[in-house]
Amino acid sequence: MRHGQIGDAAFRSLTFAATLALAALFVALIVALVLGAAPAFRTFGLGFLIDQSWNPVTEKFGALAAVYGTLVASLIAMLIAVPLGLGIAFFLSELCPAALRSPIGIAIELLAGIPSIIYGIWGLFVLAPFLQAKVQPLLIALFADVPGLSLLFAGPPYGIGLLTAGIILAIMVLPFVASVSRDVFAAVPPLLKEAAYGVGATTWEVARNVLLPYARTGVMGAILLALGRALGETMAVTFVIGNAHRVSASLLAPGTTISATIANEFTEAVGDLYTSALIALSLILFVITFAMLAAARYLLLRLERRSAK
Amino acid sequence: MNLYRARRLRNAIASALAVGATAVGLCWLGMVLGILIWNGLGGLSLRLFVENTPPPGASGGLLNAIVGSTLLVLGAVALGTPLGMLAGTWMAEYGRYARLTPIMRFVNDILLSAPSIVVGLFVYEILVAPVGHFSGYAGVAALTLIVIPVVVRTTEDTLSLVPNELREAAASLGAPRDVLIRRLTYRAARAGLTTGVLLAVARVSGETAPLLFTALNNQFFSLNISGPLASLPAVIFKFALSPYKDWQALAWAGALLITGFVLTISIAARIWPRQRKPT
Repeated sequence: MRHGQIGDAAFRSLTFAATLALAALFVALIVALVLGAAPAFRTFGLGFLIDQSWNPVTEKFGALAAVYGTLVASLIAMLIAVPLGLGIAFFLSELCPAALRSPIGIAIELLAGIPSIIYGIWGLFVLAPFLQAKVQPLLIALFADVPGLSLLFAGPPYGIGLLTAGIILAIMVLPFVASVSRDVFAAVPPLLKEAAYGVGATTWEVARNVLLPYARTGVMGAILLALGRALGETMAVTFVIGNAHRVSASLLAPGTTISATIANEFTEAVGDLYTSALIALSLILFVITFAMLAAARYLLLRLERRSAK
Repeated sequence: MNLYRARRLRNAIASALAVGATAVGLCWLGMVLGILIWNGLGGLSLRLFVENTPPPGASGGLLNAIVGSTLLVLGAVALGTPLGMLAGTWMAEYGRYARLTPIMRFVNDILLSAPSIVVGLFVYEILVAPVGHFSGYAGVAALTLIVIPVVVRTTEDTLSLVPNELREAAASLGAPRDVLIRRLTYRAARAGLTTGVLLAVARVSGETAPLLFTALNNQFFSLNISGPLASLPAVIFKFALSPYKDWQALAWAGALLITGFVLTISIAARIWPRQRKPT
């Protein structure tokens, strides 16, 4: 009897210690990032966030170009991945023959399983040359006379750049949008759908007026999760972004993202300030993805509460 | 009648677009895999597994990278699995209703979605910078940090699915809680727990970013974990960006190897729990 209690107390303490270790890792991660980033923020102040310059020689650093590249590439990715992912979710939940549902669902999810470095070399050797030769000259010619859009699609077609990075990211986050949306569509009570079909609604009208409004919060959560993923993605982007520290209006110009900057420069960074500036970038990235996750969790939590009622 | 036709038309267009979106998704998968096989298959030979990575302009294999990757992944899974399982066990069993648990769940989610390059930087700061050189240990630590949240999440999820009646039955027979958990819940949840570990292996095998500043890379064969260690993803990264044709061919072959491995594991992780329903 006593033996059993000692065993239980030991096992309980062991599991609790593991939980505390997890918490300690998290705290250590944040402390290490903040300490590492401190010299950069001390030197440049909050101006670090809005400064475009990135000059290792004069040790003048600003995060703006990297933050801008990160946000723009992720935005392009979401513009492509969200409609496609919702389309796939609509197809899988309403149109797909039952026998194909599972294989197609798994195939789409496999896109998420392919390591990001594979997307990187695929982007560099296949997508970038294709865009450079076929798509980008067309875009430049097409929008040359359209005010506004001509700035977005200006300059020589490099192949690599923000647009290419955005497209690669779109492929990578597509399965997240598609499979989470499919799951929240599946959670819509069948009664609602049947009622709509019963009064003669078409499949599209059911999706548009029943599925989407009901699952809106869940879909937003899925989009935010995918966005968090796109913001932090490193290897795929590093191959095709061009690593140029400047903010340019043209989507065809080479740029950089936070993660690509770190991947490209960290091992070659000499001097404490350079290293610290890179760690400060990673802190910014961590804060951004944290905010995305918190927002996504909040939305999904609200969804759970509602369905629990 | 006109309205009726307009609605039918709109439905047809929307359905066609949805089918199109799915086709685009499947085509993308086909294209990525197809080109990978097209470029990688030519380089696939026995030499990959018996020769080390060559100097520029020469031919060779990927032996040191394959061995290095195996060491790193095995190390990370061996360290991360017990820790993650224990923490997940506490959250699902002892601390199921504790106030700490939702907080820990959120903390774990943050770690799960933290960009892997940030994890790499963190490990660099605590394990590489103070020591002064890159090491396989640091690489293992970085990958472990990625394994842990995956295992915590799947452990907590699968343990929560074990019906409470099972626990009550064991408790009513007088089984202490630790015996109950180890003999009963773990067995009932075995399939799910295995899936978690498989997913962690799949996730970690292709990781490149956290290795760049920790294990770095090594041109030579090495089993020394306290020195820089080669890994498949790091070699692919270096070779793919190089101007040498031999290196690029090796990068494609390595990419094919690693993708084949990761996809096999993730498909296995999906099929496994269906075949072995917990009894």
